[in-house]
Amino acid sequence: MTPTYNRRSFLKTSSLAGGGLLLGFNLFNACTSPTNPNAVTTIPKKELFPEDWSDINAFVKIATDGSVTIMSPNPEIGQGVKTSMPMIVAEELDVDWVNVRVEQAALNTDWYERQVAGGSQSIRQGWESLRKAGATARQMLIETAAKQWEVTASECTTENGTVYHKASNKSIGYGELAAIASTMEAPTEVVLKDPKDFKIIGHSHPNIDNPAIVTGKPLFGIDIQREGMLYAMAVRPPFGKKLKSVDDMAAKAIEGVKEVITFGDKVAVVGNSTWNVKKGRDALVIEWEIAEALESSESQDAAMLELLKKPTKEPKRKDGNPDKAFKEAAQVVEAIYECPFLPHNTLEPMNYFAHVREDGVELLGPNQVPNWARGDVAKMLEIEESKITVQMTRMGGGFGRRLYPDFVKEAAEISKLAKAPIKLQWTREDDMQGGMYRPACKYLFRAALDENGNMIGYHIRGAGINMDNTVRENNFPAASVPHYLAETHNLKSNVTTAAWRAPVANFLASAEQSFIDEVALAAKKDPVAFRLELFDNALNTPVGEVGYDVARFKKTVELAAEKSNWNNKAENVYLGMSAYYSHNSYVAEVAEVVMIDGSPKLQKVYCATDCGIVVNPTGAENQVEGGIIDGIGHAMYGKLTIKDGEAQQNNFHNYRLIRMGEAPKVEMFFVDNGESPTGLGEPTLPPAAGALANAVFQATGKRMTKQPFSDFKVLG
Amino acid sequence: MANFTLQVNGEQHQVTVSADTPLLWVLRDTIGLVGTKYGCGIAQCGACTVHIDGNPVRSCSMPVSSLKGKTITTIEGLSNNGDHPLQLAWQEADVPQCGYCQAGQIMSAAALLKENPNPSDEDIDIAMRGNICRCGTYNRIRKAIHLAVKG
Repeated sequence: MTPTYNRRSFLKTSSLAGGGLLLGFNLFNACTSPTNPNAVTTIPKKELFPEDWSDINAFVKIATDGSVTIMSPNPEIGQGVKTSMPMIVAEELDVDWVNVRVEQAALNTDWYERQVAGGSQSIRQGWESLRKAGATARQMLIETAAKQWEVTASECTTENGTVYHKASNKSIGYGELAAIASTMEAPTEVVLKDPKDFKIIGHSHPNIDNPAIVTGKPLFGIDIQREGMLYAMAVRPPFGKKLKSVDDMAAKAIEGVKEVITFGDKVAVVGNSTWNVKKGRDALVIEWEIAEALESSESQDAAMLELLKKPTKEPKRKDGNPDKAFKEAAQVVEAIYECPFLPHNTLEPMNYFAHVREDGVELLGPNQVPNWARGDVAKMLEIEESKITVQMTRMGGGFGRRLYPDFVKEAAEISKLAKAPIKLQWTREDDMQGGMYRPACKYLFRAALDENGNMIGYHIRGAGINMDNTVRENNFPAASVPHYLAETHNLKSNVTTAAWRAPVANFLASAEQSFIDEVALAAKKDPVAFRLELFDNALNTPVGEVGYDVARFKKTVELAAEKSNWNNKAENVYLGMSAYYSHNSYVAEVAEVVMIDGSPKLQKVYCATDCGIVVNPTGAENQVEGGIIDGIGHAMYGKLTIKDGEAQQNNFHNYRLIRMGEAPKVEMFFVDNGESPTGLGEPTLPPAAGALANAVFQATGKRMTKQPFSDFKVLG
Repeated sequence: MANFTLQVNGEQHQVTVSADTPLLWVLRDTIGLVGTKYGCGIAQCGACTVHIDGNPVRSCSMPVSSLKGKTITTIEGLSNNGDHPLQLAWQEADVPQCGYCQAGQIMSAAALLKENPNPSDEDIDIAMRGNICRCGTYNRIRKAIHLAVKG
């Protein structure tokens, strides 16, 4: 799919002219809110005056001294787009990366496409338009130089921020051309670089915010401080309950508490510091009343197991005659796999700054889909979207939690009622108990084998909480097996659920890849050879729709097997293969377990990834490693349970996250095939837990079918 | 509310806050040093790590009233120009993903290197066990600590 090309992004836009003026504006401690902020600078390299800058288009500003500012359109949650997206623009602009500064763009749907951090899509969907943005600006600079020299533009070349006319031995820096170039009409057709000429893409450039991060500069939503700003915390009802009464006498008596505000079923305390509003909130005496059924994990688990016994009316996919295949099978393999709720636990808990004024609204903070937040706030306040400005701070993690604008709306509502700029802060307890979990879910898998150990039938039936679809019906092993059935059940709940890094796949992959191993072993086949056999079926005799590129997928499995010495493993080494296609990228992982003092220990994960062109290798490697450690950590330890509508875990003393000594080493390999790049924020997470489970089975004969694995007390 | 004098990064700060306010929130809300982060509030994640008289301490659980005469160093005061060997190594190893926990990680690592100038992998794992990185940059953190030792 080719993304739509928003040509307006590349035009000189008169309303953009203020961009340079905002360079001096610091979003973390500005005294007054700007009326039309469209840019923020987080790490200015040196002082340049606003009149020095010219806007070439919505992405590129160039100063008289040749400094280049590239706007980073998408929210940064740790996935690295604030570095990698500007790199793509800089490549086609043909400038030296050391002269580039990066600014986080504010929400502007006229100038930028899809300002979203989600679905691992920023690089994939931005690839073409970011390249065109850089190439368009470069062409305007060339044409400006050509006009000055009275030569044809096609005779001019560029290198590192300079235009050359070799025939007349002339050259001129972008900085001297920028003012005139910025007044030009943007070309509609531009020539993009041949990838073999890339000088920035494909080379490692460290996280652009590193200098600010390691010195503790304000970067995150939680760091926002404004003159006149008040702090706020809120209490939210447990699942299934509503507000009955509030006694705020004691809360109001706390020094520094200015106001207690009831809004809907929530109660906010507003005051002069985070600590004082927390004390005020703790002093509230609140009575809840039951509004709906109070749910518990135990009864939900039982209900899901019941659903797994029942066929669905409309399968998500059916090939051949699965009923017949299972009846006639020489052998049937069957298993149930289960996972619990998981909170996202971004290390920076939810927070947001809002200032609702008579004449407009300023929203500022960590949010993955600013456009959604603006729409929801406009609707809630019954004002036009054009009256709302939205800026994004760097985020202390997203993992899907910050896709949702609930906390943005809370901040706006409290600001409106308090008639003041406020920063809303959630505590860790609020964050862990406030819902929006990775849904708990369960799968029944069945495989039918013929007398030669060929998989002739495959059946997956999922049941998940608030999950419209628990399966990925067109993904592997669909198309590789003649008789196939995928079914899904939804168990509705008032416990709120959400996208969580690699939705659905984050557990489905682990379960499916573990089950595929069970089937391979039942068929007395090597787990890698078995997978390759299925890929060959899908290549040579595909059944129905093929939802994945079989050859690319197969290649990653072969690469991971080769690099992990699958066929030549050392003594006391146990390997587990797991491979999954998600978010347009192909990933195969092999976990390496060794037995130490009689118990298995995960020491390394080998990872083969096909995400096409790797834009920024150091960033890509960080994502691969982080995704795997995240996948292993949550499979090992993550478990949130609900009892009578309340989460039973509330902080890191009773909810375990993976720590340094438990993280495996990761050895990674990228398939170099020149394909257009796809995302990496999510795809390496899904296969990780399956690889671990398969290696542990090899080492111990114990099959871990339920997360968290730590409950099995197998791993040392 | 009461008055307290704090010695932070070589400067005296007079603050008027309630006596039970944790150092974390005095640093962030009152003094305006926001490099020290809030992650859990119960000394479990390490994001709020600072040095008190040179020792690594979780500032979220340290009431301001207990700090009389103590010397406090935050990430902002770890070096004059952001050039502590760990701050340089962190950039060289390109450690951060989201970056939120990293100030706390660096402060814990700095305290480790003062005690043990050439730690093994195991020493590092033990010393850094109190610091959570939700993005999973642990291997790069370990690498950066070794890089800082090499100088």
